[in-house]
Amino acid sequence: MSALQDRKAIQMDTDDKVLEDKYEKIDEILKEAKDKEESLIDILHKVQKVVGYLPREVQIKVAQDLGIPLSEIYSVISFYSLFSTEPKGDYNIEVCMGTACYVKGSDEVLNELKEELKIEPGQVTDDGKFSLETTRCVGACGMAPVLLVNGEAHGQVDKENVAEILDSYGKE
Amino acid sequence: MINLTIDGQQVEIKAGAKVLDAAEKLDIDIPTLCYLEGVNEPGACRVCVVEIIGEKDLQPACKYNVREGLEVKTNTPEVLNARKEVIELLLSDHPFDCLTCAANMNCELQALAKQFGIREIDLQGAKNEYPIDDLSPSLVREPSKCIMCRRCIEVCAGVQEVHIYDILERGFGAVAGPAFNDSLMDTPCITCGQCILVCPTGALHAKDDKQKVWDALRDSEKHAVIQTAPAIRVTIGEMFGLEPGSLATGQLVTALKRLGFDKVFDDCFGADVVVMEEGHELMERLESGQDLPQFTSCCPAWVKFCESFYPELIPNLSSCKSPQQVFGALVKTYYAQQAEIDASSIFSVSVMPCVAKKYEAAREEMNDSGQDRDVDCNLTTQELGEMIKEAGLDLSKLPETEYDEPMGYASGAGVIFGSTGGVCEATLRTVYEKITGTELNRVELKEVRGKDFKEGIIDLGDGRIIKAAVARGTGNARKLIEKLQSGEADYDFVEVMACPNGGCVGGGGQPNYSGYDSWREMGDKFVQRAEGLVEADRGKEHRKAHENPFVEKLYNEFLEKPHGEKSQKLLHTGYVTRQLYTDSRLVGKKEASSEISDARKGEEA
Ligand code: SF4
Ligand code: SF4
Ligand code: SF4
Ligand code: FES
Ligand code: FES
Repeated sequence: MSALQDRKAIQMDTDDKVLEDKYEKIDEILKEAKDKEESLIDILHKVQKVVGYLPREVQIKVAQDLGIPLSEIYSVISFYSLFSTEPKGDYNIEVCMGTACYVKGSDEVLNELKEELKIEPGQVTDDGKFSLETTRCVGACGMAPVLLVNGEAHGQVDKENVAEILDSYGKE
Repeated sequence: MINLTIDGQQVEIKAGAKVLDAAEKLDIDIPTLCYLEGVNEPGACRVCVVEIIGEKDLQPACKYNVREGLEVKTNTPEVLNARKEVIELLLSDHPFDCLTCAANMNCELQALAKQFGIREIDLQGAKNEYPIDDLSPSLVREPSKCIMCRRCIEVCAGVQEVHIYDILERGFGAVAGPAFNDSLMDTPCITCGQCILVCPTGALHAKDDKQKVWDALRDSEKHAVIQTAPAIRVTIGEMFGLEPGSLATGQLVTALKRLGFDKVFDDCFGADVVVMEEGHELMERLESGQDLPQFTSCCPAWVKFCESFYPELIPNLSSCKSPQQVFGALVKTYYAQQAEIDASSIFSVSVMPCVAKKYEAAREEMNDSGQDRDVDCNLTTQELGEMIKEAGLDLSKLPETEYDEPMGYASGAGVIFGSTGGVCEATLRTVYEKITGTELNRVELKEVRGKDFKEGIIDLGDGRIIKAAVARGTGNARKLIEKLQSGEADYDFVEVMACPNGGCVGGGGQPNYSGYDSWREMGDKFVQRAEGLVEADRGKEHRKAHENPFVEKLYNEFLEKPHGEKSQKLLHTGYVTRQLYTDSRLVGKKEASSEISDARKGEEA
């Protein structure tokens, strides 16, 4: 860890109430991490579990509390796809873009989802219900094309049954 | 010793050396791009590949260790082709801006494209385009020109220990930059410009302010004055074919006169005044025992480093401004009064070895003359050299001219400010004499802990001593401060210069050369420049600031006394604790100056 470590953390002023509630928990994680010298990836993973994603304010907090340069933290977060800097919806939809799914038309499925939800991959619907992502092969090629909703796989999806699936998760 | 064969020639080299070093011994040129010995050795770009007999794949010469009996081939068609492919791949994702690029004719990628005779790029594909960050008053980042060599990352993290850059994103979109690809203004960048010196392309360069100066020179209503920093006289000549360290003071003054400056002054005069002010401050602190050690404040990059990372040391920073700003405040008050010129008509320019001075001149508190800015515009050595060339002048062939009065004469003390240890020595020459009444022999500082920093003791003879230390490079400053804070060391006076290679002689605004593959060699060249300053000091009639008759005149007729009321108002300043990172980004908000948060206080140009 670098010499930035001893710097007193500067109080963040964020108007995001949701995050404020979570700072206590983040503090705990960071304190424990310091004592145990955990790896940065593990720490970020734990923090993401609490907040759901890793927005700027949270990255700055981790940087200042642990005395790790922000550039290093951002570099790690932007390298690993398991980290997200954007919030996710209640239901996070991942469309498989692996070869098997792609040849069976997963791009059409993605287009249909974009139209239905009126968002692009990486975004969340206004009501916060759905978010959309693409992913690499999820290991269910037999069911191609595949999409995951909060990790639950739906196979043989096509343009027509996209709406059905969304309805089953309570789309209005 | 190890014996190996390269291209059929025998060579002997010490164990641990790389194939690249062995080839150099034989004068065999292997191109490099990412490699900067001692700072950045990732073996990433693969432009240096060679064939090693017995190895299946080509190997990077900058990374491959020599072995007894090793047989290397550096110029087989296969090797040359592989190198060419690397270059073509880089070019395929590179904007072809060479004609208008800041690094035109001084770019390693361009030089390699020429060396390998590349006329067209077969690989055509998508190009990454990133916005240019020119919000910092000091540096410009053009990420589209980044070839991901990692040199800036390592210099900023490993040498300066500021940690601004890292590799962002992955795959094709990856680029080196600050977190979130933010503007440097949203980071704790101290604007030292060391990353500019090592970037092999035009992806990082100094902000260009030449046009502002041309405009002022053209404006007949403006009275254009210029101050030249100590280090310029020994480096500007390099741009005109002179050896590093050649003293070209008189030629420099002639060139500036011919460019059209109404008055050409010496910033070393400002440095002499700084010695008086800082020296008195030190004597006061030694007397009271308060806020010791006193840290120098003449390097704006160090000041920003201190404000950002060690705000607890702010009371220890000398409140005296840097020579540039001392000079600037005096030009628009003292000089205006003496010359009976309306201060508002003065356009005050400085030429500095440094890009941090651009940022410093833009700090909002640097306006004690009440004329908006004390220093209106700052040029780097490189920019001034370009202006002189543009005007069709060859500095090396010009006759010599003297600086103008009353701010053109400096003692040797002011001159050595340009090199590491100079500020410390110049100040101690005056302080010692004021306290003891006798002249100080050379200040001898010894290197401690490898070469991290130097320290020494000045015996005042009456049982009192002054413990002094000098650090160059902010990474070394960190080590010094840690030693101080842990109680392991104890000093009265500490000089810090942010630039690691010899202080200002190796500043980020000095003539810039591409093509180095060793940090040490680069540094040696910069340090050579300092010898010119030592020579200039020796040649001076007065070697102590307080003996400078023009400084005496300044105090008698204007300032009254060092660190007195008037000096405190004009020549001293305060510092702010800076937030390291900002919650909101500046990128895309150029106009929204009301939203500039505290971290950027004083940084909006
Ligand atoms: S100017 Fe200095 S502090 Fe800023 S990014 Fe470059 S090396 Fe780092
Ligand atoms: S900005 Fe320059 S020094 Fe930094 S990685 Fe890119 S090319 Fe290399
Ligand atoms: S050491 Fe000199 S050149 Fe380097 S940042 Fe400081 S003042 Fe500028
Ligand atoms: S390609 Fe989609 S699950 Fe394998
Ligand atoms: S890999 Fe050797 S110079 Fe880049």
